[in-house]
Amino acid sequence: MTAEVLARSPLQDRSDDLAAVAGELVPFLAQVDLRVDPAHAELAPYPLPLEANTAWHDRDRSVLWLGPDEWLVLSSGGSAQAVVHELTTAFGGTHHSVVDVSANRVALALTGDDRVDLLSHVCPIDLDPRAWGPGRCAQTMLGRAQVILFERNGSTPILVRPSFADYVVDLLREVRRVTGDVGA
Amino acid sequence: MSGRRLPESGNRIDRSRSIRFTFDGNGYEGFEGDTLASALLANGVDVVCRSPILGRPRGVYSAGIEEPSAFVEVREPWFEPIVPATMVNLVDGLDASGRPGVGVLPADPPSPKPGVHRHAHVDVLVIGHGRAGSESAAEAFGAPGSQRILVVDRLPWFEARESGVRTLPRTTALGIYDDGFVVLHERGTAYDTLWHVRAGRVVLATGAHERPIAFANDDLPGVMLAGALARYVRDHGVLPGERAVLFTTNDSTAAVADTLTSAGAVIAAVVDVREGWSVAAAEGTTSVSAVRLVGPGGETRTVAADVVGVSGGWNPAIQLARAIGVGLRFDEELATYVPDGTGPEWLMIVGEAAGDGLPATDAFWYSPADDLSTHFVDLQRDQTVQDVLDAVEGGLRSVEHVKRATYIGTAIDQGRTSGTLTAEIVNDALGMALGAQGPTSARPPVVPLPFSVLAGIERGPALLDPVRTTPMHGAHVEHGAVFENVGQWKRPRYFPRDEEDLDDALARECVAVRTTAAALDASTLGKIEVVGPDAGVFLDRMYTNRMSNVAVGSIRYGLMLGFDGMVFDDGVAMRLAEDRYLVTTTTGGAAPVLDRFEEWLQTEWPELRVYCTSVTEQWAVIAVGGPGASGIVRTIGTDVDLSAASFPWMTWREGTVAGVPCRICRVSFTGELSFELHVSAWHGHHVWDAVLDAGAVPYGTEAMHLLRAEKGYIIVGQDTDGTVTPDDLGMGWIVNPSKGDFVGKRSLVRPDTMRPDRKQLVGVITDDAGLLLAEGTQLVAESGTGATPGPGVGHVTSSYRSPTLGRTFALALVSGGRELIGERVFTLGRTEPIPLRIVDPVLYDREDERRDG
Repeated sequence: MTAEVLARSPLQDRSDDLAAVAGELVPFLAQVDLRVDPAHAELAPYPLPLEANTAWHDRDRSVLWLGPDEWLVLSSGGSAQAVVHELTTAFGGTHHSVVDVSANRVALALTGDDRVDLLSHVCPIDLDPRAWGPGRCAQTMLGRAQVILFERNGSTPILVRPSFADYVVDLLREVRRVTGDVGA
Repeated sequence: MSGRRLPESGNRIDRSRSIRFTFDGNGYEGFEGDTLASALLANGVDVVCRSPILGRPRGVYSAGIEEPSAFVEVREPWFEPIVPATMVNLVDGLDASGRPGVGVLPADPPSPKPGVHRHAHVDVLVIGHGRAGSESAAEAFGAPGSQRILVVDRLPWFEARESGVRTLPRTTALGIYDDGFVVLHERGTAYDTLWHVRAGRVVLATGAHERPIAFANDDLPGVMLAGALARYVRDHGVLPGERAVLFTTNDSTAAVADTLTSAGAVIAAVVDVREGWSVAAAEGTTSVSAVRLVGPGGETRTVAADVVGVSGGWNPAIQLARAIGVGLRFDEELATYVPDGTGPEWLMIVGEAAGDGLPATDAFWYSPADDLSTHFVDLQRDQTVQDVLDAVEGGLRSVEHVKRATYIGTAIDQGRTSGTLTAEIVNDALGMALGAQGPTSARPPVVPLPFSVLAGIERGPALLDPVRTTPMHGAHVEHGAVFENVGQWKRPRYFPRDEEDLDDALARECVAVRTTAAALDASTLGKIEVVGPDAGVFLDRMYTNRMSNVAVGSIRYGLMLGFDGMVFDDGVAMRLAEDRYLVTTTTGGAAPVLDRFEEWLQTEWPELRVYCTSVTEQWAVIAVGGPGASGIVRTIGTDVDLSAASFPWMTWREGTVAGVPCRICRVSFTGELSFELHVSAWHGHHVWDAVLDAGAVPYGTEAMHLLRAEKGYIIVGQDTDGTVTPDDLGMGWIVNPSKGDFVGKRSLVRPDTMRPDRKQLVGVITDDAGLLLAEGTQLVAESGTGATPGPGVGHVTSSYRSPTLGRTFALALVSGGRELIGERVFTLGRTEPIPLRIVDPVLYDREDERRDG
């Protein structure tokens, strides 16, 4: 068996609960943490967003701004090794850090039309269309769990540490249970 | 009283929607839009409850949150132990009964209404949708750049004039905090919502509360605030009584008289303080039947009446404003305090809440009488004018002290009806000027709310606090693990088989590690990648020993100190590449250590080229230990040569295990040959299963604690408490003073940290090999006699029953302990001292012969 077959996601048994909140698991998303001085941003193989809480996306790469010198690079189809390779090659002799953090966070995505209403029960940031929408990302809290949120293609992916993944699903599920399954 | 529903009028009720409800066991009907109070008045229910101390009958007194009189317990549809009837929205199936001013929580309370929290961000929040509030909302809507406007009111429904303005009915504001943060309570049908609103601007249009005048029997059902009489007619189409006496100090009662008259009531008398008349007493048994009046010359007159509408003037509703620091000034015309225009610039107070449009009034607080013992000031606390005067007579001069002596203002209405009265009675009794002392302070929540709403969905074992689990958690559950909480983590404490208890399982797991092979889930260890050309230099400054000369492929154990020189955390540093380390921390130290790394890098050494990245959950860690450990790893399959010769102690190798990529570390926390398998968290469950299938016995944190203690290995936080230096632990060997500066270095040469009598880590054994000391046991130097123990010398930090040693043992911090090895100490037993002996803390395999297998 290959390593891929032997992998297990902490949410793989929660599809019913995810469906109840109009969510889905994004299994085994490749994630790479990049630290580099933003002055060297032009060396990157793709645009590094420099404005706080913004993201850049193309067909198979996403770059989320996490801090003034930190980005999270996601690869929807490819491997983390490929991302690590392209970043280390690009930054070469410049002081930088590239770390594979693919298993460090689980990815799930909320796809319901009312996902912003759902999140507003557990997330303190402004998710109104004036402040939030495609191209935005944020590090924030869902209840008591740290998460990264972003907005893309009519869905809101949530990246959460695997140890908190069940908690986040339980939390969203409970909001839905109390407020009713309208729109789910 | 003879309250009844009027054939028409009532702009807040929907007469097409009838609602059935139960009160005190009797069935009634009301309409959608009624409160329980309006529905009870419509059904002619005079007495809602009894007063809490004196047992006097009480009825509906007001039409809002200022209600001090009519309290109920609600059982259906949701349980609420006590709530004013004026704040209960009528719903089908409502079942309530009267409650004397104090709620009772049954032993097995029924479910409260569910609550959720919700966040909202708006440009303008308008609190109150009266005339001033709706005008402010309209004004804000017209202004450029203010697209998001939210108007809230406790009304069951209302509409904003502009379609773009969002409204929240059945909602009260609980508190206003810094920078426009406002907390609201929305009473929904199926659930309540606690709103956290961040507003650019807040408009307070909370209106004003009418205040009463005290007279004899002023608590009798039928005595109500005058404005409330009109509101029940206007809003609910309910006429509370047929013959009304209005007792007033101001002009606001003229409109009340008109409203009552047009609804068909008779105004029996308008008793105007400004004309020298006052109400001396209300008469009746369970409700008003007559009113005794006193004229300017002392003449008395009794008139038949079934309601008394009282107006002693109006107070701006400033509870929310006061709590955010809005200043007040005394307004002579209104005889009350009004906002003085100060306060946060984002806060605007409009309309009656600012004192605008309120009627001028005479200052008149109570009708003089020889007997003031039924002149009620605070109905819910059953406190009268006499009680206030008694408090002043007793020496209290401050309104705040009178409040604490009488509890006036501490009930559910928070002094809305009693506050001004009490303050002015105190001022008057002390010969002080009108308004010399204002009402007592207000603080959020300015309206009570159920705890269940505050709790929201954060209830129960799953949501009260997150439960963090490792990638192998499911396997642990299947193996019947008993878990312990380590911070938010659930870690297997032990894995009982069949009927085993803790001691049995612990002994079996320890024997497995020492004699065959066993596996521990160590995934919760904190892990940080430290990357950059200066990574080694940086780690040299964070740890007490040198990390910069660890070879790539090697591992070194390190201690981290606070700048006070005390042990802060420990772990190992694996050098992954010339410019890359992976350091581990204790489970609880993961976040604090990363915070500390970032703090020192950003504030002290910004010139160091180092980046730190948390990878705690990237890696699942399985410690396979015991003489048979290499056999287990070979069985699951690996391409790494595990022989001690090619894979020495304190090195790591990269390869595969059980078909997945892995870093294997030759480190040991038990003293036995061990391989720590670091695999992607995605593969943790698979490798754990493989290790157990290969015959490793799963063991938990309890066995891990015991095994490491046999070796004298410390646990930071168990054997240390923030007052322990490396030397205190006998770990002076790990401090390298020659390598340059490191955090805590200077503190290690302070006179106090070099004292020879500091508490030092030693082993302690009991003479009775079966006696287990409690962790925390205090030790004394001499056995002492009678009730006088010898001087204290230290305490036990860890204590276990070792199957390997065949006896109990303990670790302890003892004053000058290393010099006392072999000596006696004692602890105080139940009847006599228990003799102990101090020994070396390493009790097992002192020569480290077992770690290579």
